[in-house]
Amino acid sequence: MSDKKPISSVNDFVVRFANVNGSGSASANEMFARAILRHGVPVSPRNIFPSNIQGLPTWYEVRVTEDGHLGARGGVDMMVAMNPQTWDKDVAGIEPGGYLFYDSTKPMPSTKFRDDITVIGVPLTAITNSTYTDPRQRQLFKNIIYLGALSALLEMDPKLIEQLIGEQYKGKEKLLSSNVHALHLGRDWALQNLKCPIGLRVKKSDKVGDRIFIEGNSAAALGAVYGGATVCAWYPITPSSSVAEAFTAHCKKYRHDPETGKAKYAIVQGEDELASIGIVIGASWNGARAFTATSGPGISLMTEFIGLSYFAEIPAVIMNIQRAGPSTGMPTRTQQCDIIACAYASHGDTKHVLLFPEDPAEAFEFAAAAFDLAERLQTTIFLMLDLDIGMNHRLCRPLKWDDAKQYDRGKVMTEEMLEEGRDFGRYLDVDGDGIPYRTYPGTHPTKGSYFTRGTSRDRYARYSEEGSVYADNMQRLVRKFETAQDLVPRPLQANAERPTKYGVIYFGSTSPAMDEAISMLEARGHQLDRLRIRAFPFHSSVASFLAEHDFVYVVEQNRDAQLRQLIVNENGIDPVRLVPIVHYDGSPITARFIAKAIGDHQDHLKVTPLRKAVS
Amino acid sequence: MTYIAKPKFHHPGLKKNDLGYTHRDYEGKISTLCAGCGHDSITASIIEACYELSIEPHRVAKISGIGCSSKTPDYFLGNSHGFNSVHGRMPSVLTGANLANRDLIYLGVSGDGDSASIGFGQFAHSIRRGVNMTYIVENNGVYGLTKGQFSATADRGSKSKKGVTNTDNAIDLVAIALQLGATFVARSFSGDKTQLVPLIAAAIRHKGASFIDVISPCIAFNNHAGSTKSFDYVREHNDAVNRLDVLVGRDPIAVDYAPGTVQMVEQHDGSKIALRKIDADYDPHDRLGAQTFLARHAAKGQIVTGLLYVDPDAEDLHEHLDTVETPLNTLEADTLCPGSAVLDKINASLR
Ligand SMILES: Cc1ncc(C[n+]2csc(CCOP(=O)(O)OP(=O)(O)O)c2C)c(N)n1
Ligand code: SF4
Repeated sequence: MSDKKPISSVNDFVVRFANVNGSGSASANEMFARAILRHGVPVSPRNIFPSNIQGLPTWYEVRVTEDGHLGARGGVDMMVAMNPQTWDKDVAGIEPGGYLFYDSTKPMPSTKFRDDITVIGVPLTAITNSTYTDPRQRQLFKNIIYLGALSALLEMDPKLIEQLIGEQYKGKEKLLSSNVHALHLGRDWALQNLKCPIGLRVKKSDKVGDRIFIEGNSAAALGAVYGGATVCAWYPITPSSSVAEAFTAHCKKYRHDPETGKAKYAIVQGEDELASIGIVIGASWNGARAFTATSGPGISLMTEFIGLSYFAEIPAVIMNIQRAGPSTGMPTRTQQCDIIACAYASHGDTKHVLLFPEDPAEAFEFAAAAFDLAERLQTTIFLMLDLDIGMNHRLCRPLKWDDAKQYDRGKVMTEEMLEEGRDFGRYLDVDGDGIPYRTYPGTHPTKGSYFTRGTSRDRYARYSEEGSVYADNMQRLVRKFETAQDLVPRPLQANAERPTKYGVIYFGSTSPAMDEAISMLEARGHQLDRLRIRAFPFHSSVASFLAEHDFVYVVEQNRDAQLRQLIVNENGIDPVRLVPIVHYDGSPITARFIAKAIGDHQDHLKVTPLRKAVS
Repeated sequence: MTYIAKPKFHHPGLKKNDLGYTHRDYEGKISTLCAGCGHDSITASIIEACYELSIEPHRVAKISGIGCSSKTPDYFLGNSHGFNSVHGRMPSVLTGANLANRDLIYLGVSGDGDSASIGFGQFAHSIRRGVNMTYIVENNGVYGLTKGQFSATADRGSKSKKGVTNTDNAIDLVAIALQLGATFVARSFSGDKTQLVPLIAAAIRHKGASFIDVISPCIAFNNHAGSTKSFDYVREHNDAVNRLDVLVGRDPIAVDYAPGTVQMVEQHDGSKIALRKIDADYDPHDRLGAQTFLARHAAKGQIVTGLLYVDPDAEDLHEHLDTVETPLNTLEADTLCPGSAVLDKINASLR
């Protein structure tokens, strides 16, 4: 019996499913999340999975959030405990007053439960076994049966789930009807045997609007299609593989010549990351838009080539879906830990452009923009995603494309320009922006050819180890990086309601948790201006933001406060004024964490809310 | 300035090819390699082959890794784009370049250190993918640029200049290329231009992965007694299975080869290879036969040269990927971008 009042909440709670990897639960769990969306209620789901294919525990968490908070919340209001292996940990993780949903076919000793939660048993195995004989069917339908029972407990509209099943099994009538049947088996059992609904409820709302539900990796891949990428070379690595897989799927759909059926793209699964980036560089050198997708270990392998891209000025796009490092780290857990490794990748003096999308919509936009930037700047562009956005569905604004848009192919000298007698020096800074002209191989019989190399050369691409010639080139590369500042997406600033001396900087997937943390902090009386950094090199507004605030918190998901390091390094600012707020256990950062860390620090500073000082 | 430009003067009497180009049009900068380096002879053979084929020099992309051998693209085809990439990774750069524009001719130049050690994987994978290229390894059994360390193609038992005996087994790149499905495989010797020039010409004409291993003695570090890659050793142990001529479609073909000793191989593009057999039993269409033949001769210390294998009906990577005929690097937004109407549909499917 519960000695704590059961949690009561409409459209604002967290359900976590604990399953065994390979049991086919993923699609039922995802359908649960989608069904809530169809009620017009925002959700934010997250996969928590092991670096293993079968048999190990896996969790899927759905945050139901009428207010639209898309970051992870932390805590579990209802645990759907389908994995005996993790039972104890799962039961312990439930918030006081929460709910435990389990398969009650086999009786459990009372010590396995808690007094402060509501326990809901459904004999799932018994129901499935009495209905199905085939072992695989028993396993798969058990998932749909618990989905049915949950729909009754949470007062969801079964029609909306039926609709989803209908869409999923369109044209496969047999599967469709058997799934709907299983759904009702669970639902009816719950309605007849349990007290429905419980305290957690889903009520129809209109908070989803025209937003879409998509994974960051898929959106980035679509961005590559729209951005005109024709060559993709990749090597499998979690959590980036689904970028290349999605690119392949999108290309198959949208990139075939209608007359001949031939492909307007080339995708190569390289033998490793060294080859993948090599293919990208070769293709870009030859005028095609090319990219690779990888994660930390892949970046490590690519660094020699990244240095070549920087120094020989060859466009390249690398999508880095970050995971917890160093080394193999926690391959299926999220972090933002490759900032320094990417910003300064390779030996010698190098600097690279990084883009930090906050959600799938920006992943799409920035991925497409990365190809323009790579060609305009003739260098490597990193699209810095992470597992949390890459492999989870996020609710975001619809993807947008302007049909008038032409690709910016950068400074390419054509045959006609060469014929006109334009002076072609491959490394000549004609416009003062540090960006030279290039020619594609095969352009002109006698003009415009040059030798690309990683060794020092003069402005006309002639090999030279002359110190002044080398320095001249390195200086131009600095100018080019300064030019990049104004080409990359600018930081977005949002000010607190009242003037404040405190600011917070954050980036990428931290965004939704940050938005929510701000309101929590406001409730605690703390006012913070915020700046979301969207790219490196940093725009001058970053320096202004730092100058305008006494203390600036830098929130990030790695141990060493890497963005903070980069800001200190690039702005020559006193590090004391930048307070690191770091989260790095591999789980996505939560609003609770941010609000507590910043709030505690502010309390420690004995910050009097400015409300009192300002009239 | 450490580079040396060649004087632009052309002798008016220089012979011209079908395109009206002279030899000089296929030359590059003056070589900075050691006088007598085998690599320079290979450069000369590449120039000769391209001249004879009447290739437009600027339609060639020459790509290399790092090493003395990899420097050579600077010394031929001065009007074409060159790319000195990173050590051992010419094959991937070439693969990417080829994917971007299938209309150019791709010439990959590498060393034995470059291809058999750090780049062994890339060598293998570019071959098994069937990239349409001419992949030349300038094989001297040592690392020239880093001053004389053994490379992975140095024969077991051979001696370094300092007298050290190599105890590791050698990698035979030709054997590997055959095993990996290269559709044109040859071996030659930098000192044998008569054999090498037509081999390069035929390889360029071949559509698919062509591989030529050219033994190319290093004057500085591997031309002493005890080396199996020295001029003397190769001359003494060279066992040529055939010699060839390349007959390009444009020329009226006047064949007066003695029947029985000559085999005609017609390639994809209509060019013909006239193979003058030296070893009457050798069949260059038999991949397995070539492998055993090679192994048997290697055991006797002989270096088999000539066109070892050719598949005249080869397919290349573009055919495997079924890409459009138009070079991918010329496609623009109007044909690549699905547009906003499609995006609206995609958005609708994600709700
Ligand atoms: C990553 C890396 N490792 C090592 C080197 C040093 N290096 C330069 S050339 C070379 C070997 C060259 O040997 P080979 O390819 O046989 O060419 P050769 O000079 O004999 O023609 C080495 C090891 C390098 N440039 N890059
Ligand atoms: S060191 Fe050897 S390989 Fe290098 S240039 Fe001299 S002779 Fe040629």
